[in-house]
Amino acid sequence: MTYQPNVSRRAFIAGSAAAIGGFTLGFHVPFADAAMAQGASALPPEVNAWVVVKPDETVIIRIARSEMGQGTLTGLAQLVAEELECDWSKVTTEYPTPGENLARNRVWGSYSTGGSRGIRDSESYVRQGGAAAREMLIAAAAAQWKVPAGDCKAAKGVITHTASGRTTTFGKVADAAAAQTPPINIKLKDPKDWTIAGKPLPRLDTADKLTGKQIYGADLRLPGMLVATIKACPVFGGKVASFDAAAVAGKPGVRKVVQVDDNAVAVVADTWWQAKTALDALPITWDEGPNKNLSSADIAGTLAAGLDAPDAFVGNKQGDAKAALAGAAKTVTATYSFPYLNHATMEPMNATALYTADKCEVWVPTQNGEASLAVAAEAAGLPVQKCDVHKLLLGGGFGRRGNFQDYVRQAVLIAKQMPGTPVKLLWSREEDMLHGAYHPITQAKLTGGFDAQGNLTVFHMRISGQSILAAVRPEGMQGGMDPVVFQGLTANSPEGHMGYTIPNVLVDHAMRNPPIPPGFWRGVNLNQNTLYMECFMDELAHAAGVDPLAFRRKLMANHPKHRGVLEAVAARIDWDKPAPAGVHRGIAHTMGFGSYVAAAAEVSVDKGQLKIHRIVAATDAGHAVNPAQIERQVEGSFVYGLSACLYGECTVKGGRMEQENFDTYEVLRLAEMPAVETIVMPSGGFWGGVGEPTIAVAAPAVLNALFAATGKRIRTLPLKNHPLA
Amino acid sequence: MARLTINGQIRDVEVDPDTPLLWVIREQVGLTGTKFGCGIAQCGACTVHIDGVATRSCALPVSAVGDDQKIVTIEGLSPDGSHPVQRAWLALDVPQCGYCQSGMIMASAALLQQNPKPSDDDISAEITNICRCGTYPKVRAAIHMAAEGGATKQAG
Repeated sequence: MTYQPNVSRRAFIAGSAAAIGGFTLGFHVPFADAAMAQGASALPPEVNAWVVVKPDETVIIRIARSEMGQGTLTGLAQLVAEELECDWSKVTTEYPTPGENLARNRVWGSYSTGGSRGIRDSESYVRQGGAAAREMLIAAAAAQWKVPAGDCKAAKGVITHTASGRTTTFGKVADAAAAQTPPINIKLKDPKDWTIAGKPLPRLDTADKLTGKQIYGADLRLPGMLVATIKACPVFGGKVASFDAAAVAGKPGVRKVVQVDDNAVAVVADTWWQAKTALDALPITWDEGPNKNLSSADIAGTLAAGLDAPDAFVGNKQGDAKAALAGAAKTVTATYSFPYLNHATMEPMNATALYTADKCEVWVPTQNGEASLAVAAEAAGLPVQKCDVHKLLLGGGFGRRGNFQDYVRQAVLIAKQMPGTPVKLLWSREEDMLHGAYHPITQAKLTGGFDAQGNLTVFHMRISGQSILAAVRPEGMQGGMDPVVFQGLTANSPEGHMGYTIPNVLVDHAMRNPPIPPGFWRGVNLNQNTLYMECFMDELAHAAGVDPLAFRRKLMANHPKHRGVLEAVAARIDWDKPAPAGVHRGIAHTMGFGSYVAAAAEVSVDKGQLKIHRIVAATDAGHAVNPAQIERQVEGSFVYGLSACLYGECTVKGGRMEQENFDTYEVLRLAEMPAVETIVMPSGGFWGGVGEPTIAVAAPAVLNALFAATGKRIRTLPLKNHPLA
Repeated sequence: MARLTINGQIRDVEVDPDTPLLWVIREQVGLTGTKFGCGIAQCGACTVHIDGVATRSCALPVSAVGDDQKIVTIEGLSPDGSHPVQRAWLALDVPQCGYCQSGMIMASAALLQQNPKPSDDDISAEITNICRCGTYPKVRAAIHMAAEGGATKQAG
């Protein structure tokens, strides 16, 4: 196998290629055509799909999952390097394209980077990849020395024949290693023996982010490229009725005005600003369609009706909740709600496409290169083998750029109307806010029942609201039920189960799907489910007259890992000792994305102003591949979760979102960011995710502290709608 | 036609005078380190220095900038990434996705130019750029580190 990575493309994107020669090559190297690729590249052959070693000892580790700030690129490289036994200081990375993956029978597996799965889904086979490459390098050296491979070992890129002390390096035997038979099922290292993985190493991708060198999708420039921006009907479900292209055709730089699908119009120009100016001036008449009178109040009414509806999908049932409630000595009921939210990545949606009659290439910041490829091929009307996608670093993903490839489709449909010309489509912030894949909206009615001795004997959570899967991945539905709705609330799912033992439990879902496109928003349904669960647990504790931690502990005897993280934050924040004067505490925990997380918050309220002084967070993800990156993900989770808690909501009026930019869609800024102390406490034996679960505990920890401070129970987000004075 | 002084070089650009400075920098001049985030001077991803003052370039018409005013972008902050703020950023491994970081670094460098030892309150008041990944704690720490001149190596 003499697969060659597409060096010319990479060099080109870095802006240093010698123009057209590299450009052409970058577009047309057919990776199946080994002879041509061989001639085109100065790189040595790969050792295996995951590892290339250059003669200068540089180790290129191939990464299939996407880097969007979460550190997966570095973490996966650590796992491969750990087994490879290479010199970490010599490691670089590259993305094989989704087309290359397809042509090689998906040797790199899934490209999907969501659900906090980047590392936990692929750790096993990437480690095997690193280990196999190590064995092949050792075997090549042993063959040259004519000694048994078992008598040789590798460390830091050097292979040593133990008996003779003879040494060679990975770079010297890489060519020969490629010809070795790949071993399979190699015993992987015990994590306790890790020297590269498990360490708080700096990221591999920092330096270029400090000097402006890093190229994001929005920055891409190709020779002859034009730039487009787009406006889709702002009313969900609406269409283009007509537009007057002639009115802007003569504006500076304008090359073409094109309709895209039945709902959008784009202007293609020499520069983005010219395209934007012309699009703003373009007369467009919309057919606003059936949703033009829809409002948030309508949606809230629809959901409220579901709270007591007779039919619902059951996600967790133990005992007989209805009978237990009827017989309870005391019951407590509360209704909560959670709004629509936009991902609001800092880099607006974009994609660049080049279409010709027999080929389509796309450059895009994507959480799922294979999804981008599939959408590009469909939009191009070409076989997928004639298309490819070049992944670029993402300026934020958060779930917006995985399952949803609307901008890829649009870019290809635009480029298709200008064959042979690369076109970069870049959305305005307004377009990004008006055409999100919104955090779904739900309400929940929670009821708890106590026996005469004050024991919590029954818990019912009725969720009413939107299903993501029904809208975007119907093949994931189970007999009409959306299992993702119950994140963190199941009886025994390894993804996330409830951390309490209560004799009678019913969690059910009345599906109500407003015509607003829902999506996977970092943390997904764990966000509101944990808010409902953990704020209501506080309500129950208060009703029982028991300390919120003590109340939870009593229900957690069978859930040691849930309790482990909760106890860790309680201990660190000195829960059992009084808080500083005027400061009040709240606590919350959950399980999601296979990990256990908890948070404790200290807040004060002065003249109606909430101040969050301190957050303590704990994460048990089973294994910690890079504790420094976990700490950053936890800190970032509070920024994301507290943005939602304090400010986040997209409201609907006239069938469209009312918030169009950061002036009305406020987010947390540095001044409000509390100190976060992160406890990374991997307990081993499982692989959990890191990027998402902690978001879910941010709001309930703070809202429970706010209740302790004010006696006000906030049951609808965001907090900005609730005067605290 | 506009004449600009960017990173010490005089640049004559053919452009509509209403074009925001950001787009002139990115498209006519070709320096893409300065980012587009919102277009209404809310997020700060487009921050550059004009005569040493941190300025959001996305809502500033190029015609409002004189040819004698010195514009510095992230590419011109230092020749080799060695500005104390960049060194501190590397030492603390601040960026996550990195998209907002050019603006963060430029805002922080301008703050330190005017206030070499900023307090936490000063930082809170002056650094109002949006980061969605959540680098704020590391940004704060790195500003303090740069102020103290302590950044000599990358975090380990």
